[in-house]
Amino acid sequence: MADIIIDMEKCILCGKCIINCPFSAIEKFDDYIVLGENCKACGQCREVCPVEAIGMEENKKETLDKNEWRDILVYIEYHHNRVHPISYQLIGKAYELGVSIGYDVYGIVVGKNTELSKEQLKNYPLKKVFLYETEEYFKSDLYEEILSSCIGSIKPSVVLIGGTLEGRSLAPRAAIEFKTGLTADCTELILGENTDLVQIRPAFGGNIMAQIVTPDTRPQLATVRYNVMKPIEPSLDHEVEFILDDEIGHKASSKLTILDTIPTPKIKGIQEQETLVVAGKGVKRKEDLAMLEELANLLGGELASTRGLVEKGWMTSDRQIGLSGQSVRPKLLITCGVSGSVQFMAGIGGAENIIAINSDIDARIFSIAHYPILGDLYEIIPELIGMIEEKGKAI
Amino acid sequence: MMKIAVCIKQVPAYSDGMMDPKTGVMLRDGLESILNVYDLPAIETALKIKEEVGADVHIFTMGPSKASAVIREAYSMGADRGYLISDKSFSGADVLATSYALTQGMKLVEDYDLILCGKQTTDGDTAQVSGAIAKWLKIPHVNWVTKIVGIEKDSITVSQMMEEEIVTLKIPYPCLLSVEPSIFIPRLPSLKLKIGSKKKKIEVLSLVDMEDKEEGNYGLAGSPTKVERIFPVHRTEQQKIIEKDSREAAKYILEVIENINK
Ligand SMILES: Cc1cc2nc3c(=O)[nH]c(=O)nc-3n(C[C@H](O)[C@H](O)[C@H](O)COP(=O)(O)OP(=O)(O)OC[C@H]3O[C@@H](n4cnc5c(N)ncnc54)[C@H](O)[C@@H]3O)c2cc1C
Ligand SMILES: Cc1cc2nc3c(=O)[nH]c(=O)nc-3n(C[C@H](O)[C@H](O)[C@H](O)COP(=O)(O)OP(=O)(O)OC[C@H]3O[C@@H](n4cnc5c(N)ncnc54)[C@H](O)[C@@H]3O)c2cc1C
Repeated sequence: MADIIIDMEKCILCGKCIINCPFSAIEKFDDYIVLGENCKACGQCREVCPVEAIGMEENKKETLDKNEWRDILVYIEYHHNRVHPISYQLIGKAYELGVSIGYDVYGIVVGKNTELSKEQLKNYPLKKVFLYETEEYFKSDLYEEILSSCIGSIKPSVVLIGGTLEGRSLAPRAAIEFKTGLTADCTELILGENTDLVQIRPAFGGNIMAQIVTPDTRPQLATVRYNVMKPIEPSLDHEVEFILDDEIGHKASSKLTILDTIPTPKIKGIQEQETLVVAGKGVKRKEDLAMLEELANLLGGELASTRGLVEKGWMTSDRQIGLSGQSVRPKLLITCGVSGSVQFMAGIGGAENIIAINSDIDARIFSIAHYPILGDLYEIIPELIGMIEEKGKAI
Repeated sequence: MMKIAVCIKQVPAYSDGMMDPKTGVMLRDGLESILNVYDLPAIETALKIKEEVGADVHIFTMGPSKASAVIREAYSMGADRGYLISDKSFSGADVLATSYALTQGMKLVEDYDLILCGKQTTDGDTAQVSGAIAKWLKIPHVNWVTKIVGIEKDSITVSQMMEEEIVTLKIPYPCLLSVEPSIFIPRLPSLKLKIGSKKKKIEVLSLVDMEDKEEGNYGLAGSPTKVERIFPVHRTEQQKIIEKDSREAAKYILEVIENINK
């Protein structure tokens, strides 16, 4: 931890720090610069101060033996006998981090029929996977008790958890159990030489990225946004050791009673598509979506949209891409009449190929599209559909 | 009578246009502070329960003194009492320190049967404070609550949205729920309550009031996470914009697609 110190002897009251503080935490009172309640000690003010009047003071915590905590634990989400696809993304990232610093990667599976996960996990770069048999459905208190018991016994330096509904409900309980830091919804992770995990995540509605560390406590907990990290492919070089635990999961208890579960109809969601056509507010009438839907069908994909069309009630929220919607990583993404707001773009970082059709040369979507196309979607799309049909086959 | 605490937060009123896309500098002019929109359904849930079975609804917010404005807003919707948790040493708190200060504050007032939180905030945006509060208090919690199914004497039954199913759960008091925006449409402030809210008292709880007075457990000092750096969203290099007539453009797109799917 650190505190920002302002040396009023040096300060020339230029106000640069006030303007540049992302938290509006700095104010001027008469001849004094005062740090307010919002200060996060991010250090931005230090960088802009022309007279080096701003310093940081480390207030030393009781030192922790970081060597006692090593390796990486991945929480492998497991529903209805299936490993959640985010887990392969976490394993991929954990492996990459592990290699950089000589850490092994461990996995934990909690749920029912956990032995059936072996077949799915056996060729991934995991040293050991702990299988905890317990109730089938997620209960935050029960699952956390099991996870925390596992963390307590293997003492990992880093714990990665999916930024899913389950993961985000589970992670904060575990963080408090160990009185440690938890960084939410990370989009990038780097493991430093000193074993500190550098965690990068969007905040303030996606307008900025924050770089966060947990320097004085272990384990370092992070949830990772679905579909931003690349999944790792299985390889026959890896052989996982599985350790089944039938006790802890049955001894652990929950105050929650599940009365009923109704499966939500499972169509392959936009998060799992290889091809997506995205409609934005450049689409003028609801009926016109049929044309884009047709294009999506011809390409063997699905139609998704920006929040603009969800707000109009033309599209359902499960099809919304972006910060407050889904993250996607298709092979091909075609945006039609999408401006490219930061919030929308926060959801498409994993897309391999982006074709953007927009009639405004200054549209922000063009700054990240691999194939920016200036033009009217009402002219281009029908042409394109015609050409694909002419070829007489779906691609 | 049932005792309900609702946790709400004051946040900056951000919008898409707040960052200069060229320089990456935040445009802060005229940025007001507002009540986190996701907390309105939490207040509404408490008021609905109050109407149904009778309850005392208390509001808790941690923040600087101007955050009392969000308590007034809750008063004008019908909340009974409000507590502002505020102290210089509480500032700069992360999830751990925020949830700790909130639980310390709540403990001073009542043993609540039910604690309600919003789904997330629009600034920190972590959706983690709720689960953290529950763990500090050693009580069960349920996130992503879309419906109150039944309110019983010693438990509450709710629907929870999970990825593959809607789960109906029964939870004994004391417990914590964080609610989805779809749970209830928040009522508008009533004019009568709004006028009354101006005179209504807001109690401030600061470090000296807390059971744990160790400054190092709160705020920046008590936060294990540290924001090292803040920077604008990374942009990839701009590709050349294709300007062709629509037939040529369509042909080009088709070629690109065929190449990708090869
Ligand atoms: C906290 C927060 C979270 C948000 N989360 C999300 C989110 O998850 N997802 C999301 O999408 N948004 C989100 N938003 C909203 C976001 O800020 C934008 O408002 C939204 O993405 C705009 O959608 P759009 O691109 O469809 O519409 P617009 O911005 O209106 O863009 C329409 C585009 O269509 C083009 N166009 C018009 N006519 C044609 C034509 N005939 N042919 C070709 N192009 C044409 C225009 O040039 C324009 O660029 C969020 C906002 C906030 C504040
Ligand atoms: C850029 C940035 C990134 C950050 N990233 C992290 C991070 O990764 N990890 C971390 O630990 N901290 C992080 N923080 C700090 C975080 O914003 C604070 O911990 C904040 O106090 C609580 O988190 P939240 O706003 O995300 O609340 P959420 O967890 O999203 O809020 C959920 C609910 O908790 C209740 N609640 C939250 N805050 C309060 C409050 N002050 N008073 C009353 N009720 C409240 C409300 O009911 C709210 O709806 C970050 C801050 C910034 C500025």
